[in-house]
Amino acid sequence: MAQAIEKPTAIVIGASAGALGALSVILPELPAGFALPVLIVVHVPPDRNNLMAELLQAKCQIRVCEGEDKDSIRPGVVYLAPPDYHLQVEPSLDISLSNDEAVLFSRPSIDVLFETAADAYGDGLIGVVLTGGNNDGARGLRAIIDAGGRGLVQRPDTAFTTAMPAAALQACPEAEVLSLEEIAAYLKKAGAR
Amino acid sequence: MTVEVPAAKTDDIEIRLLLEAVFRKYHYDFRNYSSASIKRRLAQARDHFGCASFSQLQDKVLHDGAVLRELLAFLTVQVSEMFRDPAYFKAIREKVVPHLRTYPSLKIWVAGCSSGEEVYSLAILLREEGLEEKAMIYATDINPEALEKAEAGIYGIDRIPQFTQNHRLSGGKSSLSDYYTAAYGGASFDKSLRSRVLFSDHSLVTDAVFGEMHLVSCRNVLIYFDRELQDRAIGLFRDSLGRKGFLGLGSKESLRFSKHSDAFADFSRDDRIYQKLGA
Ligand SMILES: C[S@@+](CC[C@H](N)C(=O)[O-])C[C@H]1O[C@@H](n2cnc3c(N)ncnc32)[C@H](O)[C@@H]1O
Repeated sequence: MAQAIEKPTAIVIGASAGALGALSVILPELPAGFALPVLIVVHVPPDRNNLMAELLQAKCQIRVCEGEDKDSIRPGVVYLAPPDYHLQVEPSLDISLSNDEAVLFSRPSIDVLFETAADAYGDGLIGVVLTGGNNDGARGLRAIIDAGGRGLVQRPDTAFTTAMPAAALQACPEAEVLSLEEIAAYLKKAGAR
Repeated sequence: MTVEVPAAKTDDIEIRLLLEAVFRKYHYDFRNYSSASIKRRLAQARDHFGCASFSQLQDKVLHDGAVLRELLAFLTVQVSEMFRDPAYFKAIREKVVPHLRTYPSLKIWVAGCSSGEEVYSLAILLREEGLEEKAMIYATDINPEALEKAEAGIYGIDRIPQFTQNHRLSGGKSSLSDYYTAAYGGASFDKSLRSRVLFSDHSLVTDAVFGEMHLVSCRNVLIYFDRELQDRAIGLFRDSLGRKGFLGLGSKESLRFSKHSDAFADFSRDDRIYQKLGA
């Protein structure tokens, strides 16, 4: 089992194709009194009515919602990026949303969340790259590790689509390579009260 | 006794100083914008200008006014679409327009109009609803380049399918192609659409109230501000609106955290349209 980070302060997760399945393995493992905030970017189409938060909430004890602009980030809550907006972490540890250009054809972008979170949380941050068919998240995970945080990557051979975890590993050879179940266990332990 | 304050990161110090310099020298005030976005965009600008640090960029912009104009393109986000978020325009058409009809003349303010997409959308909507003749649209932004584009009203032809679809989804009663002609790879919007539009430079951060509006549409601008600045802008809208005037925001903006929320009532909640309370 991978070594736990010393004083975790937050978790960020990025996922694309196959995200719902992967998150449905991880998030239900997190208890209602989880000690860390979890911020997630899933690549979704830009429609206003997105059901991801509701679908996940139905399976989880931990609270799942879409992040709102200028909301303060609270432990024990999962914040999903809304469709068509980047989800960012302010240095004040509030959420901010932005309409900035798509990055690597994606808005929301995993790199944008990871880079802004790395800047705000520094060495307490755990970044997780899951299944997906592009290379979003690789640069962001690099930023997290460079800021002293920890990187976890889904084992590519267990991923619904391998390109994204593979790209993350290429950019971050020191990241831990784990199955979804192992990632769930790692996060659960990191956020145990 | 000394208090241990963690040292600020060097680039954060530099960014503060750079924004202060831009404000002091050029009166563009980005000091209270959300910092995550500003920082990313300034990093792009730094690389674009071939500077090794934000301090170098500060030196450059202080001594060369031409750099400012280019820097503004990084500091302000020019992402827009015609009839962006069609449900919003549908709500304006179906719910707000019936109220607007009751006034003898109309004043509408599009704050943060970017390159004009939102302005032309409203002008088309007003024409379709037969309200154009009695309306005046005030379209403002701080980015001079965006305002020039807005006045020109020419958009890439590749953007037209999206605009057309949005227009249709917003309940458009005519065909968007009635309003533009194709020219030089662009779609040039009919200049009669801007005969009732006044474009001007106005900052929600540093400038004053605009009088007696019936509708203020300010979309995807407030998300770039911190809470305090959002409050300033919303205060401006409150004071610019007449009794029972309407305020429309972007789909991820709300009055929830504002100290002025008491001055407004939800009018069409999901569409982020508010109505100023009468008093
Ligand atoms: C993302 S665009 C929104 C365009 C359009 N309203 C829409 O929703 O499609 C944001 C615009 O706000 C403008 N802006 C930024 N700061 C401003 C300020 N202080 N006052 C007025 N406009 C501002 C920018 O120049 C940019 O054109």
